[in-house]
Amino acid sequence: MIDSEAPLEFGFETRAVHAGAAPDPATGARTTPIYQSVGFVFDDVDHAQSLFNLQDFGFIYGRITNPTVSVLEERVANLEGGRGAVACASGHAAQQLALYPLMQSGDEFVASRYLYGGSITQFTHTFRRFGWQVAFADPGDEAAVRAAITERTKCLFVESLANPGGIIVDVERMAAIAHEHGIPLIVDNTMATPWLHRPFEYGADIVVHSLTKFMGGHGSSLGGVVVESGKFDWFASDRFPAMTEPTPSYHGLRFAETFGDFAYTMKVRADALRDLGPALAPQNAFHILTGIETLPLRMERHVANAQAVAEYLEQHPAVAWVSYAGLPSSPYADLAEKYFSKGPGAVFTFGVRGGYEAGVRLVEHVQIFSHLANIGDTRSLIIHPASTTHNQLTDDQKIAAGAGPDVVRLSVGLETVDDLLRDLDQALGGV
Amino acid sequence: MEPIPYSDSYLRGILERTRVIAMVGASTNVRRPSYFAYKYLRERGFRVIPVNPPAAGTDLLGETVVADLESIDVPVDMVDIFRRSEEAGVITDSAIRIGAKTVWMQLGIRNDEAAARAEAAGLNVIMNRCPKIECGRLYGELGWGGINSGLFSNRRRPLRTRTKLT
Repeated sequence: MIDSEAPLEFGFETRAVHAGAAPDPATGARTTPIYQSVGFVFDDVDHAQSLFNLQDFGFIYGRITNPTVSVLEERVANLEGGRGAVACASGHAAQQLALYPLMQSGDEFVASRYLYGGSITQFTHTFRRFGWQVAFADPGDEAAVRAAITERTKCLFVESLANPGGIIVDVERMAAIAHEHGIPLIVDNTMATPWLHRPFEYGADIVVHSLTKFMGGHGSSLGGVVVESGKFDWFASDRFPAMTEPTPSYHGLRFAETFGDFAYTMKVRADALRDLGPALAPQNAFHILTGIETLPLRMERHVANAQAVAEYLEQHPAVAWVSYAGLPSSPYADLAEKYFSKGPGAVFTFGVRGGYEAGVRLVEHVQIFSHLANIGDTRSLIIHPASTTHNQLTDDQKIAAGAGPDVVRLSVGLETVDDLLRDLDQALGGV
Repeated sequence: MEPIPYSDSYLRGILERTRVIAMVGASTNVRRPSYFAYKYLRERGFRVIPVNPPAAGTDLLGETVVADLESIDVPVDMVDIFRRSEEAGVITDSAIRIGAKTVWMQLGIRNDEAAARAEAAGLNVIMNRCPKIECGRLYGELGWGGINSGLFSNRRRPLRTRTKLT
């Protein structure tokens, strides 16, 4: 056993393979086993009570903890440079779990306008029915972000690298604004992954992921995670009673007092995951863990291929524009240099000449790119939002959402890059 | 309060050499963090003697609560301080007087003057940490809750198994 002086001394690649895992204590199995068990036995009644009261460490029931899932949680916490993490069934579940300890009915939060469309829908419609009011603001307009924060605002939520792509948020500035107002900054780091960008290094307090995307990386398994930095001071104000006041369902336990710098992780698990119920299946945790072992290798190829495809499309006669922060033409090139020195991800949009019909023909003529609604797969993916995900909107709404009639989104995979260029060229030629 | 860096080997060494802990501020209220730590450390094989003047003489899970460190009639390896930083000085001086080998101040508790006196007297000092959390972390239990333990191992991790207490 290495008795580490400072956990982060190991390189990222080493931690991507090893963090959180160890040979199985009972059998010596080297790969993390899939503990396909719902329940875990108690030694006696006193042991059971200690576990239920959060007085001891251990497993109770698969909705709250599972040994395979725990390894994934510690792995992601470590890679993000965080204190603790809670995994769950999807990225959408992670967003709900992340907000749950912060929000009471009637509270507000401020979110970037540049988010995955599914997040905008979740925040606008479903969270509103919980009494959680969202105010959207342009993260590039700091005055607008400040103006949106009120006495009832409990957090600021942004995507570091915004889906559908090409937009980079200045996380350091957003953290400064959040902290001026005594609220945590939550960053969705799905499109970046901690290999490309680690929001905690710029002051973020909470990170969420859809592990379904580049982290798992193979388009096989849904998952999500909430990670805490351990640095937010819950006692600095009375804004977060669920963290600082007695919790009735745990005999009056005060989480921030009892669990110190991982109190939020405990609260997410013991309250939000336990009571809302979106637990991650251990089988999925295993697949995602296996994917994370190769995250650095895959992301290097993803961004290299994305850069080559973006450069190729930018000079293609059938393409009107390309929105990728790795291109010198991008308005986000400076932020890319600061935050994404290894490359600004592998998902971006471009405009095809010929509008809606041209977009439809392109997605129907590609032979390697798969026409489907996902990102972050080994396979290259393509979608024409105006005819699919944003089909219900008016033309004006489509344009406002970055899903105008000419917009095509790519998630560039790991195939031979020349094959990808040839595929796009032949399909665009058909345009 | 910023965490103070202590190496894993330093912490592990202290936990492995310690048998008897005097816990100053051990609460008889089952909701309090000190009660959590008291119960857990007992179940991991430590003898923990609760020190709490208002509760002196009462029974806490089979141990009699004492009023002060000087009332303990067995050698004490570690004094675990669940009191405010300002009070840690007087308690540390008592710990030195009774021959304790380690002074451990809980999460959120730090008293550098007291620490200097204890170190000058040859004691090990840890501040702003919880022995329950560090014990759980070093023996592989903390990661079960998704907490980043910082542990890396290519061997089976030794578990500090729970012992049933009567």
